[in-house]
Amino acid sequence: MAFGSTLRDLFRDYRFVVAFIVLLFLVTLAVMSFFSPYDPTLWYYAPRDLRPSNEHILGTDSRGQDIFWQATFAIRNSLIISLVAGVISRIIAVVVGLVAGYQGGRTDRVLMFISDGFLVIPLFLILVMLAMLIRDKMNIVNTGLLLAVFGWAWDARVLRAQVLSLREREFTKTAVLSGTPTLQLVFKEYMPYITPLAFSTLINNMSWAIGMEMTLSIIGLTNMDIPTLGTNLKWALNYQAILMRRWYWILTPVTLSVLLFIALYWMSVSISEYLDPRTRVQRVGGE
Amino acid sequence: MFLRKYLIPRLIQYFLVIFLGITIVFFIPRLAPTNPVERTIAEIRSRGTYLDPAHIQAMVDALTEMYGLSGSWLEQYKDFWVRLFHGDFGVSFFQFPTPVITLIKNALPWTVGLLFTTTMLSWLFGNIVGGMAGYANNRFWSKILDFFAMFIRPIPYYVVALGLLILFGYVYRVFPISGGATIGHRPAWTLAFVKDVLRHAFLPAFSMVLLGGASWFQTSKLVVQNVKAEDFVQYAQLGGIRERRIMFRYIIRNAMLPQITNLALSLGQILSGALITEIVFSYPGLGHLLYSAISTGDYNLIMGIITLSIVTITTLVLIVDLVYPLFDPRIRYK
Repeated sequence: MAFGSTLRDLFRDYRFVVAFIVLLFLVTLAVMSFFSPYDPTLWYYAPRDLRPSNEHILGTDSRGQDIFWQATFAIRNSLIISLVAGVISRIIAVVVGLVAGYQGGRTDRVLMFISDGFLVIPLFLILVMLAMLIRDKMNIVNTGLLLAVFGWAWDARVLRAQVLSLREREFTKTAVLSGTPTLQLVFKEYMPYITPLAFSTLINNMSWAIGMEMTLSIIGLTNMDIPTLGTNLKWALNYQAILMRRWYWILTPVTLSVLLFIALYWMSVSISEYLDPRTRVQRVGGE
Repeated sequence: MFLRKYLIPRLIQYFLVIFLGITIVFFIPRLAPTNPVERTIAEIRSRGTYLDPAHIQAMVDALTEMYGLSGSWLEQYKDFWVRLFHGDFGVSFFQFPTPVITLIKNALPWTVGLLFTTTMLSWLFGNIVGGMAGYANNRFWSKILDFFAMFIRPIPYYVVALGLLILFGYVYRVFPISGGATIGHRPAWTLAFVKDVLRHAFLPAFSMVLLGGASWFQTSKLVVQNVKAEDFVQYAQLGGIRERRIMFRYIIRNAMLPQITNLALSLGQILSGALITEIVFSYPGLGHLLYSAISTGDYNLIMGIITLSIVTITTLVLIVDLVYPLFDPRIRYK
């Protein structure tokens, strides 16, 4: 019931509707990769550098691969990487946020010192260094895990702030005084408040992970045999697709990733505005 | 009081972050499953060079020495710090006998120039325009700008830079596609050279200002909308103070203050963005140097660039933090 009305409220926002449709389209593409007639790791299964035709909707690239089907694999893998990174880093962020916010004192100071350090240091560079050393072992899951280690600091702060305010509420005192174990209090009573927040940061984090994967691929630090949005773009650049004016090749990963970034961002903005009671009133109006 | 309550803990944090950051940089290559020496040898071999075993052993010894990998970890660690204090990051591998510090010194002015100008421009521009849009948030132009920012904001540095490069470098050939100045031009303070440098810097700078500006615009607009609702603004309006004065002197000035802290917090990300943008435009700064270092497996150079970046960024953040009370009279570190 409640879920249905939440969805109805969200769909009142045109940004949510647009984002939802675009994401649906991209996920459909990702699912289509399971029905691809070609193996994405093979080269030269089709004639090279074909223009778009009925047989190859977006043409073929200089590696003799079908651009369209290659793109479906790319979206699938990029989404998997971002999900792994997002979910794991959410777990770290939630645990750090809950512990720091609830325990307070020295634990809080130490944890916040660590997350501040993560915020201040140019993480991209540390990430580059790590990626460089485990370059041979970079598969989809490892890339996701690597990004997860670096993507939690800011959101742990956000979640901690939320817990700090929950701790001051009346129900916390009631629960503590009536002898509720800390774990039960934190997981049963706080989780309903934490979950939506964690979910809205999840979307942002996924978007960050996809962008970071693209950047790492461009610098040549991921496994080039696994098609992702990043490696697709990198191959096009390697073969001088811009110089050769092979727009279909280079613009396919660029366009798809731009669509993905905008859709994820709009969805997260829409959801976090919905979660904020001050802005929710404006949207739901007098109903 | 200011000293003991604020400055000293903040300084301790500063040194601790630098210490830990550099320690991490030291240990990552040593803890990683692959050995940089073996990697370098493997890379040389993969280029098709034949090496006999005696040569390989000699190279292993030389590289171990070069990377500072001889002796126990403790000795290496001590040695690492000693060398660091002398500004010695070892010699570069991809431009062989050149010391890393020389390469960094040559690249640094480009990055600092690009980073400083774009950060200041996008911060000022984004905050002022965002503030005006927040004040007039029901106006048409404000909504258009907001809509535009919603498109730009989520796109990563790399993609924006690439898009601009394709559009203005290849499709409409308005701007040069790579480099910091036309090859063959001697650096000199002549009008022609300055113009040439500016022309080369335009696209990289523009893509950074566009992205940075969009994000400052959004936060500033939000803050201004909140400040606008405060009592003193209403009081000023009732008192008949001119709109322009209220907007700039009363509201935007107030809203810009927290943005100084936000600037400090995002400096690390801005630096990463600058490095990535440089890679796209082959701009001859640190980012481009980093790219060459990665593609040739030049560990000394990479460690030099990362160490320097960590020290620079944490120092900048510290300076912004300490200077902040000068701007905000409400904060006195008591």
